[in-house]
Amino acid sequence: MVRLIDVYKEYDNGTKALKGVNMRIDDGEFVFLVGPSGSGKSTVIKLITGEIAATEGRLMVNGYSLSNISVRQIPYMRRTLGIIFQDFRLIEKKTVYENLSFAMRAIGASARELRRRIPYVLELVGLEQKADHYPGQLSGGEQQRVAIARALVNNPSMIIADEPTGNLDPQRSLEIMTLLERINELGTTMLVVTHERALVNRFAKRVVAIENGRIISDETGGYYNGEKI
Amino acid sequence: MARKFDAGYYLSEGFHSIFTHGFMSFAAVCMIVACLLIMGSFSLVAVNLDHMLGDLEAENEFIAYVDDTYTEAQARAMQSELEKISNVSKVTFVTRAQALEDFKSGRESNPLLDDLAPEVLRDRFRIHVADIEQLSATCEAVRLVEGVDDLSVALEIAQGFILVRNIATGVALVLIAILAVVSLFIIANTIKLATFYRREEIAIMKMCGATNAFVQWPFVVEGLILGLTGALLAFFAQWGIYQLVAKLVIQGNGLSLITIVGYESMARMILLIFCATGALIGVGGSLLAIRKFLQV
Repeated sequence: MVRLIDVYKEYDNGTKALKGVNMRIDDGEFVFLVGPSGSGKSTVIKLITGEIAATEGRLMVNGYSLSNISVRQIPYMRRTLGIIFQDFRLIEKKTVYENLSFAMRAIGASARELRRRIPYVLELVGLEQKADHYPGQLSGGEQQRVAIARALVNNPSMIIADEPTGNLDPQRSLEIMTLLERINELGTTMLVVTHERALVNRFAKRVVAIENGRIISDETGGYYNGEKI
Repeated sequence: MARKFDAGYYLSEGFHSIFTHGFMSFAAVCMIVACLLIMGSFSLVAVNLDHMLGDLEAENEFIAYVDDTYTEAQARAMQSELEKISNVSKVTFVTRAQALEDFKSGRESNPLLDDLAPEVLRDRFRIHVADIEQLSATCEAVRLVEGVDDLSVALEIAQGFILVRNIATGVALVLIAILAVVSLFIIANTIKLATFYRREEIAIMKMCGATNAFVQWPFVVEGLILGLTGALLAFFAQWGIYQLVAKLVIQGNGLSLITIVGYESMARMILLIFCATGALIGVGGSLLAIRKFLQV
């Protein structure tokens, strides 16, 4: 579960990115976070992942209070999250399998756990035949599937996807979003940051719209840019 | 799921990364070798200079003349008193007859010396000191011994030795310290460059929940291996260069007075110092380089 209570964020250069944001995401939810460029979406993501600290307000992420979390605890909080980026961020010199094992090794998983978990996750994203391929040998959609598998491989309770379809064509975008929906149905909370209206409208999930550092709407199956679907 | 310390993983990642980033590893090892060679060469020059000065110091002695009224037996009895004085390392009694023999030696062709009687000279002690820097105080103590009539001592020469040695040691220490700091930063920058290529990997690890220690360990292993490899290569290169220079110095005309300390006698110490310095700059450079990328 994620809670933001009266969260303000002002950067060192004086930019006020968030101005009193309140938001709650319960376990198992699927939430789209939408808004124009510079609205504060990325700041919300960075706050939830512990990359930056709030100037004011309280944040709770999967049982961790980020308002007073110690630096040593941040890695353990991050283990409850899986993160997907627009540009995939795969390691080019590692195979699909190695990219996943790299993420598992990062949290101290044993070789036995790797052998057990990675084939299962690759099957889930439909890439069981591509384990030995390098990212450069895969299509954009497949690379994003690998990124999703990497986010999923440590069994997080929540996945945060930052513009996961930004680099993909409409067909691949739909496939990726369908995959994320399927993962959500298996119990993983999903927070998807996007500005792709068609996709948001098609999936009819909860939509939180942010603009100029404030939440302007929060409706299930509802609003995008103030227009009722 | 998490285990506390996976040494096998850190070692394998450290080794693997050296070969994956072969060019940067090669550059880092070259820098370590170059820095150690420069520091090592300078240190060896300082060691040889100190050794030569030590030889000259050892030859530095002063003479205490015995009161003319003392018999040889009385004079000999003074030796134990002189030996008790601190900083006196060796006392040799020389009778007036022996002194005359020494004086005549090499002057056999001079007929004027033939009739010279030993009585014109005095019994004496040749005194060596342990620390030439305390020569003046030692002379004062010797002067106070009953029966010592006069001293013949070249204090200016001794002070000259002290000055040269102190300057040489001081310059060597300052230069070595400066070179060590410069080396550390060069290595840190070389490794930082290597780390820069891998910032994405580090960011991914951090996003997956890796602790700073987990991210750092493979870099520490890598730095250690690079440092030790550089140290070993520098050790053998230094050996070759030293032997070559020593041979040239010994063969050089007019330089036969220069004595060279054998590399073999210092090899173990040099290897130890190179390995310790290589490991220190390798690991220190790695930690310094990676610090910035951990703040994700």
